[in-house]
Amino acid sequence: MPDASPDADDATSGPDSGPSPEVDLSDDAFDALLSAADALAPDDELELGPSGPRLSADDDGFAVETDGGRHEGLDEDGLREVASEHATAVADWYFLDSVAGDHPPRRAFLRWLEGTDETPAGERYAALADGVVREWGQLAITVARDDRGERRYEVRHVDEGEVSLDDLERYDDPLDARRLVKFDDDGGYRPLKTAPTLPTGWVFPDLGPREVYETVETIYPATIENWHREREGDLDVSHWRETMERQTGIYGVIQTWDRGEGHEHVNWVAEACCADSQCLKRREWEYDDETDLDVDGGDGVFPCREPCSVVVSAARQWTKLEGEQSQTYEIELTPSEAEQIGAIVDAVAEGRTDEIREADVYEGANRYRARFLRAKRFGDDDPFRPVDSDGDADE
Amino acid sequence: MQALVIVAHGSHLNPDSSAPTHDHADTVRAVGGFDEVAVGFWKEEPSLREVLRTVESEEVYVVPLFISEGYFTEEVIPRELRLGGWDPADWESDGLSADSATYVAEDTGQTVHYCGPVGTHEAMTDVIVRRAESVTGDPDVGDGFGLAVVGHGTERNENSAKAIEYHADRVREMDRFDEVRALYMDEDPEVDDLTDFFDADDVVLVPLFIADGYHTQEDIPEDVGLCEDHTEGWDVPELVDDTRVWYAGAVGTEPLMADVVLERAVDAGADVGDALEAVQESTRVATGD
Repeated sequence: MPDASPDADDATSGPDSGPSPEVDLSDDAFDALLSAADALAPDDELELGPSGPRLSADDDGFAVETDGGRHEGLDEDGLREVASEHATAVADWYFLDSVAGDHPPRRAFLRWLEGTDETPAGERYAALADGVVREWGQLAITVARDDRGERRYEVRHVDEGEVSLDDLERYDDPLDARRLVKFDDDGGYRPLKTAPTLPTGWVFPDLGPREVYETVETIYPATIENWHREREGDLDVSHWRETMERQTGIYGVIQTWDRGEGHEHVNWVAEACCADSQCLKRREWEYDDETDLDVDGGDGVFPCREPCSVVVSAARQWTKLEGEQSQTYEIELTPSEAEQIGAIVDAVAEGRTDEIREADVYEGANRYRARFLRAKRFGDDDPFRPVDSDGDADE
Repeated sequence: MQALVIVAHGSHLNPDSSAPTHDHADTVRAVGGFDEVAVGFWKEEPSLREVLRTVESEEVYVVPLFISEGYFTEEVIPRELRLGGWDPADWESDGLSADSATYVAEDTGQTVHYCGPVGTHEAMTDVIVRRAESVTGDPDVGDGFGLAVVGHGTERNENSAKAIEYHADRVREMDRFDEVRALYMDEDPEVDDLTDFFDADDVVLVPLFIADGYHTQEDIPEDVGLCEDHTEGWDVPELVDDTRVWYAGAVGTEPLMADVVLERAVDAGADVGDALEAVQESTRVATGD
């Protein structure tokens, strides 16, 4: 399916969104146009798109000005006739002005889905006949139009773009998404909605404009609002320092982790929790207003405006752990054992332990290999012996 | 437009923690009364920090799905919602009587009617009784039955015990159950000794918690003796020291809780039409299951 970029499809009915025989004027669109025209003040003009027809009204009736000329003194039937000749522009105006609704984030999102800002109506309408796909986190959202210019939307997992509808479980109610995305494909609870672990196997095949917004907001809460705020230049970013200074109760302790000795510890937090492999939001918060972190914030479409509750909870634990002083341990390891410890940490950190096959003893993080290492090296006197939260060695 | 926003704790670890919040939001959605119904969480998403921006309405009624007044209702929620000028004294509460106060959210400019928690509303007493009806499958349960209302004690929050005593007193005044007791997890009278406090052969045990989780599904069942280990499960009723104990689980999961949520918003000035009656009707207890 074509992308929403301007050069995606050159089958166009002209950049001025002019006559467009493939769209029929709907009664709803015309009624809305008529109401808008009736409400026009004598000097006002209604512009149907950036280079579309311009509508005005005076005592002689309605007037429509297009690149092709001017029609004056039109009654309702006359206006309908001219509007029918410019049905694409009218349908587009109707959709963007009325159907998309007043809520600015929803309007902006629906426009973005079909590339309104960069693609003229005629070209867009040609592409929308086949469907235009945008990605939002792990969602593939397809918008298509019917022959009256009405939009329908489909939402599915981005990895299942080619999967037949018959092979996916179909849903219609946006709120059904709550249950769908609560667990990952392995059955694990997803406390972080924007973790890249969106489950597969489902589709919302036929949603209206409000429903697609609601579905996306259910799967990725508040992402559209924050994306919109960012586009408008008023995203309220709260950096690490101010976020942690705000914490109270059991989280109040986190402030003590910032000791005026740099922000390396926050680099580690961001690398641990906020990389694209862990969360699809694009981190926009830094150490403070003046100090950027040194790690990548990611490439996500929607921004992250402050350390989330998962980061705050983890930071509390790290604050406690990082209060300990480093010690020097003397341990004996073969070079392969040292390497193996690195492999185990890597496998856990990358969430790869399930991928390591039971009998793949060539992998350092293989279960048998780890058990052998534990049997050989993790005796009562070894520093790696796990301790419980009271500081006692585990029995 | 007016919106209802239900705020709750949620959990990073327990997937069931947010279930009652979503369920009650669905109930309110189904009966109408608000243009929008949204939920926000301390530990889940949308976060308390961002939930207000998920609704379009200029007028927002925020109802905390918490059992008692305290740290969360007085400090965490108002701070995270950015309620400009919030002062707990605005509630003029004695620890049980918070109703509502109105602020402007600093980040969205919305008018927010910040309500007291559901747990201290008088309608919560009816939910406790309804819970007893649900778990026994008897809409007239009372005669021959004892009722225990159980909660945290004062260890973390003195208002927690106040709320439990308040509702236990109100149920007692109904003169419906043979005996009514307020019991606690971490202070006397302790729920561990449940059967010592009752003469009745049947006792309904209603934990005053919002969601089922560690306390209601592990701690209390083991402490009461419903089971040796929570993983074994228990019957309803379960025989403990010759007393049939009807363990109700978290009161917050009872569908009638949606009524308390609405009552809070109505008390704060929300015009919900006939939604209250509709919720009371739609959540009425089945006569047996």
